[in-house]
Amino acid sequence: MNGKILSDGFRNPRHAEALVAAIHEEADSGRHYRIMEFCGGHTHAIARNGLADLLPDPVKLVHGPGCPVCVLPVGRLIMAMELAQREEVILTSYGDMLRVPAGPGRSLTRARAEGADVRMVYSPLDALEMARANPHRQVVFLAIGFETTAPATAAVVKRARAEGIKNFSVLCNHVVTVTAMTAVLDGEDGRRIDGLIGPGHVSCVIGADAFAGVARHYQRPIVISGFEPLDMLDTVLRAVRRLNAGEAGVENAYGRALDGAGNKQAQALMAEVFALRESFEWRGLGTVAASGYRLADDFAAFDAESRFELQYRVVPEPKSCECPSVLRGAKEPEDCVLFGKACTPEQPVGACMVSSEGACAAAYLFRRDARRLSA
Amino acid sequence: MTKKPDCIELTHGSGGLATDRLISDLFMAAFDNPELARRNDGAVIDRVDGRIVVSTDGHVVTPLFFPGGDIGQLAVHGTVNDVAVMGAEPLSLTAGFIIEEGFEVALLEKIVRSMGAASRAAGVPVVAGDTKVVERGKADGVFITTTGIGWLKDGIDLSCEQARPGDAVLVSGTVGDHGLTILAAREGLDLGPELKSDSAALHAMTKRLTEAVPGLKVMRDATRGGLAAVLHEIAEASGVGMLITEAAVPVSDAVKGAGELLGLDPFHVANEGKLVAVCPAEQAEAALQALRADSRGSQAAIIGTVTDDADRFIEIETPFGGRRLLTRPEGDPLPRIC
Ligand code: SF4
Repeated sequence: MNGKILSDGFRNPRHAEALVAAIHEEADSGRHYRIMEFCGGHTHAIARNGLADLLPDPVKLVHGPGCPVCVLPVGRLIMAMELAQREEVILTSYGDMLRVPAGPGRSLTRARAEGADVRMVYSPLDALEMARANPHRQVVFLAIGFETTAPATAAVVKRARAEGIKNFSVLCNHVVTVTAMTAVLDGEDGRRIDGLIGPGHVSCVIGADAFAGVARHYQRPIVISGFEPLDMLDTVLRAVRRLNAGEAGVENAYGRALDGAGNKQAQALMAEVFALRESFEWRGLGTVAASGYRLADDFAAFDAESRFELQYRVVPEPKSCECPSVLRGAKEPEDCVLFGKACTPEQPVGACMVSSEGACAAAYLFRRDARRLSA
Repeated sequence: MTKKPDCIELTHGSGGLATDRLISDLFMAAFDNPELARRNDGAVIDRVDGRIVVSTDGHVVTPLFFPGGDIGQLAVHGTVNDVAVMGAEPLSLTAGFIIEEGFEVALLEKIVRSMGAASRAAGVPVVAGDTKVVERGKADGVFITTTGIGWLKDGIDLSCEQARPGDAVLVSGTVGDHGLTILAAREGLDLGPELKSDSAALHAMTKRLTEAVPGLKVMRDATRGGLAAVLHEIAEASGVGMLITEAAVPVSDAVKGAGELLGLDPFHVANEGKLVAVCPAEQAEAALQALRADSRGSQAAIIGTVTDDADRFIEIETPFGGRRLLTRPEGDPLPRIC
């Protein structure tokens, strides 16, 4: 991408001023506009650009559960740790995942320091390559993420089968955006959410239309947004307007990248390689029916859970960590007693402090007011 | 006559005949100066009228050659700049090479020649050196450690803890060029000819600046951790905060684009030819003119002010009028996942 286009187009401060003025004009001080940004990328962009400060009092942005690293419960991470302990296994995952605490003093990074063969990869393709290069080892890819990263995992599993690679498998933790959104809105705290900012990248895969049912059933506006500051301000303006007009429904504010139907090829790939689990546990949302993917029966040979006979157990979250409430939008990071004290990006206690998409990390890194409150 | 080997062998570091030949063929020729030619165990530096500044830096970079430079010239510029930003005039350098067995002689030659050229261009000779060869796998190609000495005129006292609320903060040009060039090269991305390292010796610029700005308090070269790390170090040492105007910090379009692509903040990655200066507000304009008068400083800018802040936060005013904290870079910057 060309830096010039960015600075002149999506980041032009003059356009931002006009949008901010319009939001102020539109927002009615007699009511509230609690708008959840579902996606962690948005949480990051809001904090990174200081956007929350620019909004009028009645408009409040609330963090959502859309941070892939954050929502993986400790129990699933423990499965990965068990795998990493095995002599024959090379456990691979994305960098952030390796740093997530799996209990006091435990993480995959720590396991590596203690001798486990844990390696960071940038994509599942790297893990497959590692399997080819190490035919006498078992390479497992710890797969996480919403429909943004899921198609890449699916493609690699398919390729592994086509090439007959026997020493590669996936510990699959891919999750379903739309189901998570309904779980948030169904919950106690969901009632207080007036509208949503829909995830731009996920929508490019599943299509904007995928949110129509949620918008209708819960009678909320869902405005799908890009990640540039201007995208986000434009999205907030549209959400406020819809709330004023009492209009539920899906609106695409990310038109340049998105259409209603999404990426058919990626959807077909996911449909072929994955099957819905009966239920999946989320940090913050609890156990949610049909909210996670496993490998489909045709690809069961590449499923690390069956290959290594892993059992999932529910493991309690770290004590006093408010990640579950933060992920539901019920609490702000600075409401957690550990924030900025026992829990910092260098020494995270909860998952939300690890990933740059995590609400706690974003608050700690970028928000002076949050840091002040915790001091 | 024995045939010249294509690869460095362990014997090249043993101190025997092979070392000798490597030294005279390659290093003496490239660094060509009378002090080195005397082949003593140490070099003698002439008497200087002032205090001595000494600085040392190990250079490890992958890839060894990158757009805009190579490890050889980096090893010269890095240490010349460390001495120069103390306000001193660099006098001479020493260089220690750790070379991995099997390293191609032609590449070593290229690196050493480039180092010689950089040292000559800077007028700072390499007057002593050392070479060691380690077994294959014990090093990554070649590591170069350089030490520089310089002399410091009386009356110049620059130090990190001298920033005070109200002072101006300046940067000598665009930030992020070196770091993003290297990271793009590592990812195998060719982002066009505009993305290249800013590796340069800054002692002419620092001289101009110290002469033009008698109240100058801090100069730092913004290498590892980039602009963000240096600002944090100054704020931390001085017990102050800063307010930086994001739009005032020069970043080239090529660097912006590369940063977007790789998910890296140009403020967080290394520069090899940029300095940060702090001076009283009333001398900021003079400082800016002095920086801009240098060929390497045409894009210099006043980027913010020092604030009274017990938390020592560096705040950024975004182009949209919002504020955020400038994060401290943690570890090595890694490109993002997806
Ligand atoms: S501050 Fe740390 S412990 Fe508290 S909610 Fe955030 S991540 Fe969890």
